[in-house]
Amino acid sequence: MSRRVSVVSLRGLSKEFSRGGVVALQNIDLEIAPGEFVSLIGPSGCGKSTLLRVIGDLVEPTGGEVVVNGKSARQARLDRDYGIVFQDAVLYDWRTVAKNIALPLEMGGWNRGRRRARVGEMIELVELGGFEGHHPWQLSGGMQQRVSIARALSFDPSLLLMDEPFGALDEMTRERLNMELLRIWERARSTIVFVTHSISEAVFLSTRVVVMSARPGQITGVVEVDLPQPRNAETRGEPRFFELVTEVRERLRAGGLDTAGEGGEEELIAAEEGL
Amino acid sequence: MTRVRRVWYEMPVMASAAVATERWSILSADRVRRGASQGAMLLGVLAALWALWEGFKWFGEAVDLKIGVFVVDDRTLPHLHSIVARLFEPTAVGDRLLTVLLEAALFTAKEAAVGFAMGAAIGFLIAIVLVHSGLLQRGLLPYIVASQTIPILAVAPMVVVWLGGRGLPGWFSVAVIAAYLTFFPVAINTLRGLQSADPRALELMQSYAASRWAILWKLRVPASLPYLFAAFKISATASIVGAIIGELPAGIQDGLGGAILNFNQYYASSPDDLWATNLIAALLGISFFLLIVLAERLIVRRAPEHVA
Repeated sequence: MSRRVSVVSLRGLSKEFSRGGVVALQNIDLEIAPGEFVSLIGPSGCGKSTLLRVIGDLVEPTGGEVVVNGKSARQARLDRDYGIVFQDAVLYDWRTVAKNIALPLEMGGWNRGRRRARVGEMIELVELGGFEGHHPWQLSGGMQQRVSIARALSFDPSLLLMDEPFGALDEMTRERLNMELLRIWERARSTIVFVTHSISEAVFLSTRVVVMSARPGQITGVVEVDLPQPRNAETRGEPRFFELVTEVRERLRAGGLDTAGEGGEEELIAAEEGL
Repeated sequence: MTRVRRVWYEMPVMASAAVATERWSILSADRVRRGASQGAMLLGVLAALWALWEGFKWFGEAVDLKIGVFVVDDRTLPHLHSIVARLFEPTAVGDRLLTVLLEAALFTAKEAAVGFAMGAAIGFLIAIVLVHSGLLQRGLLPYIVASQTIPILAVAPMVVVWLGGRGLPGWFSVAVIAAYLTFFPVAINTLRGLQSADPRALELMQSYAASRWAILWKLRVPASLPYLFAAFKISATASIVGAIIGELPAGIQDGLGGAILNFNQYYASSPDDLWATNLIAALLGISFFLLIVLAERLIVRRAPEHVA
């Protein structure tokens, strides 16, 4: 894989927080190709959210190089290459669903007509027809997160960064939104970097799972997920799915037992129970 | 497969849509009920205040109550009904007292409104400057706080002399005094409101490559609105008080301050006049406050629990 075709290219990346000298990330190398769905998984404090923020130029690395679409992360941010989804929807209370989705379009200088057309497409994509005029507090958590995804996709970013987007939702909503996300990913043909605590979620969604360990945060293994596309409800029942889940879990455990403290170990157990 | 997914998916959406509309209709019925109970509460409180006033008066007169030099009689504590009745009697000028007082209230309201507008605008601008510079915030905030520790009665004559010397009308000096009381709560609350935006919402704006200007108008200012209106409510009443107090050193006769000063001199002979003026001043303050509440209802679109 040549460097030019990579959407994200990380070389020797490190991040040390000046306060307390915590090494959040150490010597991270990662290449992400267009159209990939890459999950970052690891115990709490392994720096996976920090890594996502470094890619998105919300946090500056202290060492190494980030290249996104052949540019610096900062240039990519200024070119609006990133769509970001957080664990909470972070919608603007004072805006309706339609206006929340239109927010990045307003920033990008889209005119009113184009904005309206685009918002309509997005509403349809996340199946929220009829809720355009609702305010965020009138929606359930799952619906709010769908609005947040529509907002992130509205301006067609080449890279979608998702930080535990379904972590705050109940299991049923989470599985439904997993299916939704895969459908959207297929249609939008975007590249996704997805941070999660859940092993099964990572395996179900991803083309690759990047396993990280804590203190210092580093990549301890990469699992290629060779489950057939498109994935559906039956995928979770296939033997290969369980093999991959076991493989990710073992890599997590290897990394966790070597380097994680007690907190990390607890998180790891919690992640396994999440299955 | 697709059919299974649709059933899975549509049902919760339809259910939540039904919940949403149901909640709205409940809300409107709820609103009527709440309005009725609020009205009843208002009448109840008014009746209780009336009973307290008249009861104390009756008790004081019956036992010949003396608190220091304060005795209870028709001079110190007139009957409420005689105060209200006084409003409809003619004054020495000829007009009914109510007409005279309403004209005075209108004059004072103009001073207060202009002062409120100036103070709110200045407070808002100060907050916007301070939110963008931590250095200015640390440097200027103590002086802004200090400005409010100077009693308004000490500042008012100077303002009147300075601005009067520049040929500005007296009522404008009063408006400036009202602005002096208004800007402080607006500046402090708006600053807090501008800083209240969710840090992740700020990160999102960053990821859209939003300009400082866009972040200010599309995120910080809307997020600050509940704080802004909380400040407006304090300032609305403060601006009325500021205008009334400002009229005294300015020697303005046309407003409520002038009326209070005037009726104060005749209190011994006709106490009802001063009490009636106080009543109108209170009503003016309340209407100003309610105007702000109405504006807030129309402008602020926030989750119910966020509205101050």
